Amino acid sequence: MAPDSPDVSRTRLDTYVDRYAARTQGMTASEIRALFAVASRPEVVSLAGGMPNISGLPLDVVGAAIADLVTQRGPVALQYSSGQGDPTLREQICEVMALEGIEAHPDDVVVTVGSQQAVDLVTRVFCDPGDVVICEAPSYVGALGVFKAFQCQVVHAEMDADGLVPDALRQAIAATRAAGKTIKFLYTIPSFHNPAGVTMSAPRRAEILDICRSEGVLILEDNPYGLLGFDGEPMRALRADEAEGVIYLGSFSKTFSPGLRVGWALAPHAVREKLVLAQESATLCPPAFNQMAVSAYLQAHDWQGQVKQLREMYRERRDAMIEALHDLMPAACRWNVPHGGFFVWMSLPPGIDAKAMLPRAVTARVAYVPGTAFFADGFGSGSIRLSFCYPTPERIREGVRRLAGVLEEEMELRATFGATGGHALRLGELPRSGYDGPGTDLS
Amino acid sequence: MTRPVVVLAGGLSHERDVSLRSGRRAAEALRAAGVEVAERDVDGTLLAAFTAEPPACVVPMLHGESGEDGAIREVLDLLGVPYVGAGPAACRTAFDKPVAKTLVAGVGISTPESVVLPHETFRELGAQDVMAAVVARLGLPLVVKPARGGSALGCTLVSDEADLPDAMVDAFAYGPVALIERFVAGTEVAVPVLDDGTGPRALPVVAIRADGGIYDYTARYTAGSTEFTVPAPLPADVLAECARVAVAAHEVLGLRELSRSDLIVAADGSVAFLEVNVAPGFTETSLVPLSVEAAGLDLGDVLASLVRAASARDVRAGSRAAG
Repeated sequence: MAPDSPDVSRTRLDTYVDRYAARTQGMTASEIRALFAVASRPEVVSLAGGMPNISGLPLDVVGAAIADLVTQRGPVALQYSSGQGDPTLREQICEVMALEGIEAHPDDVVVTVGSQQAVDLVTRVFCDPGDVVICEAPSYVGALGVFKAFQCQVVHAEMDADGLVPDALRQAIAATRAAGKTIKFLYTIPSFHNPAGVTMSAPRRAEILDICRSEGVLILEDNPYGLLGFDGEPMRALRADEAEGVIYLGSFSKTFSPGLRVGWALAPHAVREKLVLAQESATLCPPAFNQMAVSAYLQAHDWQGQVKQLREMYRERRDAMIEALHDLMPAACRWNVPHGGFFVWMSLPPGIDAKAMLPRAVTARVAYVPGTAFFADGFGSGSIRLSFCYPTPERIREGVRRLAGVLEEEMELRATFGATGGHALRLGELPRSGYDGPGTDLS
Repeated sequence: MTRPVVVLAGGLSHERDVSLRSGRRAAEALRAAGVEVAERDVDGTLLAAFTAEPPACVVPMLHGESGEDGAIREVLDLLGVPYVGAGPAACRTAFDKPVAKTLVAGVGISTPESVVLPHETFRELGAQDVMAAVVARLGLPLVVKPARGGSALGCTLVSDEADLPDAMVDAFAYGPVALIERFVAGTEVAVPVLDDGTGPRALPVVAIRADGGIYDYTARYTAGSTEFTVPAPLPADVLAECARVAVAAHEVLGLRELSRSDLIVAADGSVAFLEVNVAPGFTETSLVPLSVEAAGLDLGDVLASLVRAASARDVRAGSRAAG
């Protein structure tokens, strides 16, 4: 080979490639994520997106409230504010949480930039690299991204139709400690789980709380969908029965507006102090304008009536999806019937790989999220998450029809090749990329 | 008021995301060169928009099916809108890797031995028997890829025969026909070819070395994960052969203005043709912009010269361009 001449250019197209923190490992391009770009086109029925459907919001009310905010309280709304968040809003947040049985003081609430930032702040405050976070299997892709960014090790514990399985939690705790690792908290989504769609039953909640109390494991309760149940009153939050051992996260993204990015953490006093300092370090303060807009909306509008309408809309879409799945899906598919929230979790026929099938689905103009996005350990290829929150019932049925055709073709192909599917990881092998999950508009 | 040049990007192909990034960069480069540019996606409003206000010229930055298979260019011909790059017939030939390989081999250029099979054949004849015959003929390792498509989507390097069934299924997820090619170890290179009306010429040869050893989707679009060397660290006669092969492929396939040939240089210096791209990527990690820069050229000036060539050609040829 010829030696390099002075004119030879050698480049990696990234002059910072040797300077990145170790935590950026795995922050790579992914062909799965790239396929989601097609899902945004109207020709595609996206059963992938977790976008709240805000079409029913009273925009005139919102507009008037925001106009008043600017003209009457502009100098405050457009200024820096408290790192802990707007005091009036924190009082209102306590009223919201009371619907789930939580008695809280506004002083213990920290307003965050969506509850996503609350996950980030809690992890920042608690976790060193290598610390263990126990998560349900599967778990929310956005939280897994945070844990990965802070170089935590995620240990998954199984769920069943009643939510997190107590024995699985006990085993995860015991195995982690036996390995000499430190558990920093259990991350759980007890109500209308993303992506699994299941809700932790009341007896199960008591049992999980007991285990965590006796084992000294802090609980991070993420509850963005808690008010979006289709049957009866909201479930009592874990935090309602345990004040010291639970950090509770809430959000206005699903009940009002995801674009305003207003969420919160309710934490024991000492933790709350650290969260405020972490918040000030990260953003100085959550956006005053957005907080005051949410506050004004809560004051000016029958927001609970609005949530009731949302519940009815989502229930209709849930029904459309379940009916379509029942009518159209191959017999070997299994799915749950969620009683709230946005998502159905579906197990594919044996041997089908959800990631490998996605290009075929996109060609057929339907999109879903492969189950692997919701596991930190490479599992999940035999499952998919289907969301029913955004498309109309008619589009949901059409999307399921297309997906059923894709599945039939994939099953036939797999049968032809005797392909194992699942791309099962060999023992000790780690998945190459952890960022196959969808972007912000889909998570 | 002059009519703008329109950069078309996006579309509905699996490479939509890459296409949008290519389009953005091409548009910015053209603007920097003083060209009035509009960017737009391909959707149901395109024809009406182009009929109401025909662009001066179109720069198709659409990757994958529809963009590179000639379909959009066929429609642009129908509308009489000039565009940069090959015509529909040439695109259909070049985008189909097996067809392109056959035509290029016909002018004496080496290309790895391969077989081309639709999935129906496996079903009819029995996949295990067909795969065994393929391995017996081509040996291992093998490269399995969709017959049509880009960005290495659906491509797998198979070193163990037991992995072949999953690789086949992965390829068929992107299309009904798969190309199974004997793997040739060596230096992977890319050679852009430009023709601004003065005849096709090769730009500097880019050598590609992905950290993981495989220049797959992640290696292609994650800055920092692949080392590029321009010109490739190869003897002068090998570089010249790479350039000759790329220009010959461009000519035999009837391509125009711009193409990029992907080649492999074996340890003995022999050059083999893998595939050609009629709408090569222009993203931040793409190869054509790298080569243009290494040639001491400005990306915007180059694109502007291709726009001028395309516009002049279509003025000469009439609204229905050949090729």
